[in-house]
Amino acid sequence: MSWIQDIFAPEDRTWESFYRNRWSYDKKVRSTHGVNCTGSCSWEIYVKNGVVVWELQGLDYPIIDKTIPPYEPRGCQRGISYSWYIYSPIRVKYPYVRGVLLDLWRKAKKANPDDPIAAWRSIVSDPESRKKYQQARGKGGFRRSSWAEVNEIMAAANLHTVQRYGPDRIAGFSPIPAMSMLSYAAGARFCQLMGGVSLSFYDWYCDLPPASPEVWGEQTDVAESADWFHSKFIATVGSNVLMTRTPDAHFLVEARHAGAKVVVFSPDFSQVSKVADEWVPLHQGTDGAFWMSVGHVILKENYADRQVPAFQDYMRQYTDAAFLVTLDKQPDGSYRAGKLLRASQLAATKAEENADWKFFVVDEATGELRMPKGTVGHRWQKQKGQWNLKLEDAAGKPIKPLLELKGRTELTAPLEVSDFSDGTNSRTLKRHVPVRQVETVNGPVLVTTAMELYFAQYGVNRGFEGQWPKGYEDDSQPFTPAWQERFTGVAGSVAVNFAREWARTAEHTGGKCSVIIGAGVNHWYHNNLIYRSIINALMFCGCIGKSGGGLNHYVGQEKLVPQASWAPIAFGADWAGPPRQQNTPSFHYMHSDQWRYDRAFTEICAVKDGSHPMAHGHTADKQALAVRLGWLPCYPQFTKHNFELVKEAQAAGAKTDEEIVAHVVKQLKERKVKFAMEDPDNPECFPRVFYIWRGNALMSSAKGHEYFLKHYLGTHNNAIAEEEAKPFVKDVTWHDKVELGKMDLIVDLNFRMDTSALYSDIVLPAATYYEKNDLNSTDMHSFIHPLQAAVPPCWESKSDWQIFRGVTEATAKLAQRFMPEPVKDVLISPLMHDTPAEMAQPTVKDWAKGECELIPGKTAPNIKIVTRDYANLLNRFVSLGPNFRNNGLSVHGTHYDVDDAYDAYLHTSPTEKWAGKEYPSLRDDKDACNIILHFAAETNGEMAWRAFEAESIKTGIDHTHLAKDTRAVRTTFDDLAAQPRRTLTTPFWTGITNGKRTYSAYCQNIEELIPWRTLTGRQHLYLDHEAYVAFGENLPTFKPRAELRVTRDLEKSNKEPGSIVLNYLTPHGKWHIHSTYGDTLRMKTLSRGCYPVWINDKDADLIGLEDNGWVEVFNDHGVVCTRAVVSARIPQGIMLLYHSPERTLGVPKSPERGNRRAGGHNSLTRTRLKPLFMIGGYAQFTYAFNYWGPPGVNRDTFVVVKKLDKVVY
Amino acid sequence: MDVRAHVSVIFHLDKCIGCHTCSVACKNVWTDRPGAEYMWWNNVETKPGTGYPTHWEKQDKFNGGWKWNGNGKLDLRCQNKADAFLKLFYNPNQPNLDDYYEPFTYKYEDLFTAKAGDDQPTAVPVSLITGEPIEIKSGPNWDDDLSGSPIYAENDLNLDKLTDEERAQLFEVERLTMFYLPRICNHCANPSCVAACPSGAIYKRGEDGIVLINQEKCRGWRACVAACPYKKIYYNWKTGKSEKCILCFPRLETGQPPACFHSCVGRIRYIGVLLYDAERVPAAMKVQDRALVESQRNAFLDPNDPKVVAAALKNGISEAFIDAAQKSPAWNYVMKWKLALPLHIEYRTMPMLFYVPPLLPIMGKTADGAYEHSADKFFTSLEQSRLPLKYLASLFSAGNEQVVEQVMKKLMAVRYFKRWQSVRDLPENEVQKILRQAQTTPEEVEEIYAMTALPTQYERYILPPIQREEAIQNTCSPEACKGCSGFSLEPTTQGERA
Repeated sequence: MSWIQDIFAPEDRTWESFYRNRWSYDKKVRSTHGVNCTGSCSWEIYVKNGVVVWELQGLDYPIIDKTIPPYEPRGCQRGISYSWYIYSPIRVKYPYVRGVLLDLWRKAKKANPDDPIAAWRSIVSDPESRKKYQQARGKGGFRRSSWAEVNEIMAAANLHTVQRYGPDRIAGFSPIPAMSMLSYAAGARFCQLMGGVSLSFYDWYCDLPPASPEVWGEQTDVAESADWFHSKFIATVGSNVLMTRTPDAHFLVEARHAGAKVVVFSPDFSQVSKVADEWVPLHQGTDGAFWMSVGHVILKENYADRQVPAFQDYMRQYTDAAFLVTLDKQPDGSYRAGKLLRASQLAATKAEENADWKFFVVDEATGELRMPKGTVGHRWQKQKGQWNLKLEDAAGKPIKPLLELKGRTELTAPLEVSDFSDGTNSRTLKRHVPVRQVETVNGPVLVTTAMELYFAQYGVNRGFEGQWPKGYEDDSQPFTPAWQERFTGVAGSVAVNFAREWARTAEHTGGKCSVIIGAGVNHWYHNNLIYRSIINALMFCGCIGKSGGGLNHYVGQEKLVPQASWAPIAFGADWAGPPRQQNTPSFHYMHSDQWRYDRAFTEICAVKDGSHPMAHGHTADKQALAVRLGWLPCYPQFTKHNFELVKEAQAAGAKTDEEIVAHVVKQLKERKVKFAMEDPDNPECFPRVFYIWRGNALMSSAKGHEYFLKHYLGTHNNAIAEEEAKPFVKDVTWHDKVELGKMDLIVDLNFRMDTSALYSDIVLPAATYYEKNDLNSTDMHSFIHPLQAAVPPCWESKSDWQIFRGVTEATAKLAQRFMPEPVKDVLISPLMHDTPAEMAQPTVKDWAKGECELIPGKTAPNIKIVTRDYANLLNRFVSLGPNFRNNGLSVHGTHYDVDDAYDAYLHTSPTEKWAGKEYPSLRDDKDACNIILHFAAETNGEMAWRAFEAESIKTGIDHTHLAKDTRAVRTTFDDLAAQPRRTLTTPFWTGITNGKRTYSAYCQNIEELIPWRTLTGRQHLYLDHEAYVAFGENLPTFKPRAELRVTRDLEKSNKEPGSIVLNYLTPHGKWHIHSTYGDTLRMKTLSRGCYPVWINDKDADLIGLEDNGWVEVFNDHGVVCTRAVVSARIPQGIMLLYHSPERTLGVPKSPERGNRRAGGHNSLTRTRLKPLFMIGGYAQFTYAFNYWGPPGVNRDTFVVVKKLDKVVY
Repeated sequence: MDVRAHVSVIFHLDKCIGCHTCSVACKNVWTDRPGAEYMWWNNVETKPGTGYPTHWEKQDKFNGGWKWNGNGKLDLRCQNKADAFLKLFYNPNQPNLDDYYEPFTYKYEDLFTAKAGDDQPTAVPVSLITGEPIEIKSGPNWDDDLSGSPIYAENDLNLDKLTDEERAQLFEVERLTMFYLPRICNHCANPSCVAACPSGAIYKRGEDGIVLINQEKCRGWRACVAACPYKKIYYNWKTGKSEKCILCFPRLETGQPPACFHSCVGRIRYIGVLLYDAERVPAAMKVQDRALVESQRNAFLDPNDPKVVAAALKNGISEAFIDAAQKSPAWNYVMKWKLALPLHIEYRTMPMLFYVPPLLPIMGKTADGAYEHSADKFFTSLEQSRLPLKYLASLFSAGNEQVVEQVMKKLMAVRYFKRWQSVRDLPENEVQKILRQAQTTPEEVEEIYAMTALPTQYERYILPPIQREEAIQNTCSPEACKGCSGFSLEPTTQGERA
């Protein structure tokens, strides 16, 4: 035996208790992190001596099935660092107000001792004092205040704004409710009870993939991560699973061990490439070219050369491929694919209810035109039960839809196919497609199937004349494998091989091919086209709606599972409604004046036909059109105070609400009153008060951050871009000079001093995730679990729920003195998805141009009169209002009653009594959580049962078997504290979680024959809206990413020798979740101690830059100063700055911009909107909050990089 | 036969996602205090890369581990009898601050206290040691994800054995690659730190083999810091004592896996008992480099062998402990499936932590400027893997490529078999050939698959029952201990004596 002796003797080892004592603790409490993250991980928080000491993951997720890996553990390097924040020096412990403002306030209070509203008015209406505190924003000088004082300031600002401008000038922003839904609801409920505005997040963050509403009529639905394990071929596209889906990455890795092939598409050797079988380093933003060629190969080999019955059946039943499309004759004799053939066009069917919204296929057996069930027209007709995907018509007669007309007709017609390869619309190709002639009420038209259009569009020739590619090697025409090489830098053989393995896997497994897709694709201007090219490759192989198959878009945390009961609480619909829900990209584009720096959008977006009103001009004018026609919301609403409009109407003799509305319509028609977005620089239209909570609205998500500082805050900024819009805008009012600093008051609730807090007027100390009770859910798994207070809110902090209850209380108290009576408010709202307004506008007509009448809810927004009751604001806030009981709950147009449950609840739970009535109490956060759980279908089996009963009436198919076994399930907050609980199958989501099944999107559509909420009720490969035709996006296509000359990012910036121009990308990082955690000592220590940019070694050589050297990165929008990480892992030509840095930590001053403090990643971006996504009133293209509207894209951006020689803080 | 029980661990690198959750879990629980800032008992390194402390593998600089001159003796590389005494006072083999990093923080409080001025305040970085402003030039994870870095990845010592051409390719994008190497103390069976300690403060625990530094006996000579070839012992500048990974023995003793295991989101970590014959150590480490992996395996004892069981019982190892050894994932990975290999066994400390090497993507080449790869294999392949076997052999088998190749073949075979089984799109005879070449069977493949992809925490962590009452009764009655647990004016070291 060696001389090394093991020691057994315990008596020699008593010192070991040194470490044993460290490990001991007093209790552990289940909670999680309410950060904007899909993780939704269950954590155990360890408390020792009354102090949170560390956290470790909860390992007790219920096992779904022993044949798949379990969910434990979930939680990443960021989450496990959270406890650092609680006692750290960056923790906000007390209420703070900037000293300049606090002095002004205290002085004004002295001058107006009995009237805080007058005091506030005196500050904000005096240009000098206004300028003084606005210019001090972000520049230090915070002073500690008290809750009483800050509540009074906020209350005064709220009511002053209501009195002077109207409540819709109060806006609130908080991201993604799912991760701490009650905290989100706190501020939203306050805003909506006030009559204020809730700003959307999913589209603003560019997390919303517009292709999802385009194709599926769904905001987003995806598989839970465990479902990846069932996949046999996984492509990750623009998604760095290891980095951004850290707790779920193991399912991807383990799926490989179960026999899945993994191919990673990413320009850089990203972390997920490590687990790939193949890493395909295609050039950034060119994925669409690759996947169009994959589609080309699949169509050629699996549809043209041979037919796979399963693929054919899938396309027939679940997509619009068999529907007939009319072909419009062009002056040159060729044809353009136009609208679907409608029932209204044929003499035999034009009398049908909703005849504009029912469509035709050809029956294979008879060759007759037949009208299948399940379209939007069937959805909203009086006769229920015909909205389903059975292969039959309304009379129940079976149909076998014909996919191809080839061989069924002698007639062909030359179809014009656009080729946008060079970024313009200059090239078109003529390809013949088989057609049929149909006699319509307006004469004969040619029609063909959407499937035939696909062959033509993808360039797959089956023997027809015209300009077709000669083979895979032909690079002269889209979309061959050889053609894509010039964009992607990837050999055509890679695409061919990929497509073959992909289709073969799908054929062998019944569709178990999946794509994990993310921001690397979705953040490009033409994201929808890239997505559709990929979705089509999935649909061609029958992969969507299958376990282990489908498109899994994980960008942002969209899935708040118990939606039905949560939404009315969050948006105050239990008392009044509808809520004012603004799509934020439009809001910030217009109100932060970024539109003023923009030119005609067609410079960046090639269109097919610029003669259409949506396909030319300035984006701001398209936005104005969109609000006039009721496509998108517009808050603030008008160039006039809403209350004044009501008074005016009454003075003019209006007695009823209808008469008031008529007055408003008249004012609009005569253009005496305009929409605020038609004149955003009119001071009457400014947003005035801005509440930010749970987010970093001024930095992380603020695309065009420096424009925020300039136009909203009125403080210093580093943007130097020229205002260029004047010659391009026709509708929106141009002011040569605008007032900087639109916002009167900015309030930030925060537990840490981040950039938004640093630039706000008032900073409120918010409880951390370990100091409050809340609920948490995600799309990454199918469980719901709680946040809980492991320790009480530290120092003077409070939970968001408590804080907004306090603001509400202070405002109500002031209102009891100054605005004691209820008051009438005019409320406009856009045409809404999942309502009959989906059929409002078969064509685009602008009433303001005399093209049609102004009819609210049809050709223009809905207009309604509602009542605000400020004196009872607190009472309403803490009481679950009567509309909840009386209206019942609904999601996506499916409704269930809860009146009996509401009445019963009054006997078993805390209540509020006032004005002679009794309501379930929302006063305490845990009570509110329990209400959400008790009334939601996903956590109460009885409600799920009722929801499926309602769904069954719509479809005419009995779906209640999905709720039968779980009807008795009831879930309480205490249940969740004991163990995460799996959520139930409901018609509000498209997957199925019964038994041992893993959730995968659209399984209900496939298995239950429930239509998608689209025009035809099927998945849409073809989009026939006239704006899509004009943009040349009715068929999937490829439009290259924007070049520098069209983004105009560097018109005024120095491009001197020693600098290099790069495409600037901001993917999600390893050491932060957005900006959270990135400022913790842990993450800073494990990374580079800063927020570095990543650059290729050869690019670095060009400017003499070494690893860890300082750089200045700038363009016309702003500047970033940081260090560089140099690595061949990054390809040449791009620079990564991982989203999202704070400018609060170690940021030097910029010599390039006058030695002022440099900014963060969004200092280099600017909001660019694609107007196509503004259309409305047309099936799936109809607005819903966070569902539809242009997202805030940011990848088409360029920067100059040069070395920073001297670092000055 | 002198049977010892050892709690041994497996890190499955094919599953590691490089997230560092393990590192933070450890830091929060154990080293979140003055004097321990720079200690990362658990760290994760990007390979190729230089690691932490920088170039820790450079034994011609640090002189860690053992050297064997081919005869009957192993010598510590860092000292001989003559200079051992001198090196107490000056040890040139130790890493210094430049090899680690200067811990830092930020003046966060300035964000609250900055006076009203004409520009935005920012929290500047300051040293945690001096409090003075600092320029951050290094950190404990400085070359994270830095594959393709001319400064870091290219200087990985394990690349030394590659040809110039092979080396150059690794830094062209079409062959670029990286993987992650999490590291904790190896709790070696032949630990050089124990041998080097002049105070006799370091020992292996008899019941589970955990290597500990007695904080009462340690005099801070730091000979162990130099002697450990893995640089997993750190000197605490505040207490003046050295500290290291303790394999979370207080958690093990209460039936919980170590914190870094608990928190491993990649689910790469396994823990289980291995039985070994102490009589065969350190002779097992006195063979040629190429034979070291096999030689170490020869020291392990089959827990199902009745003779071994009898000898173990005789040595005082409990039945429950032996039962744990029989169910041990460590035994399966190291001995039964031979998939897990020790890190740098050529340091001859006989590490008891074993790694399953990673599969990496197939390489591509640029022809005429377009990225391309050959499509002759369905999955990635060994022949065309982005990382030469030579490199993996340098890490995990003291240069013996055959050992690593056998492992990789078996890992691939599992995937091919499961593919064939669930998709049937590969020819059956080809799959059978793959199994044969990997020297495995469908039955073994199923076992490996289940333990790789499906295991719950209860299958990954087979913890032996450590019966604390038996240890406690040597110094104090468990009944008394129960009554007065925690009562002490010296809460750190004296707790249980009260």
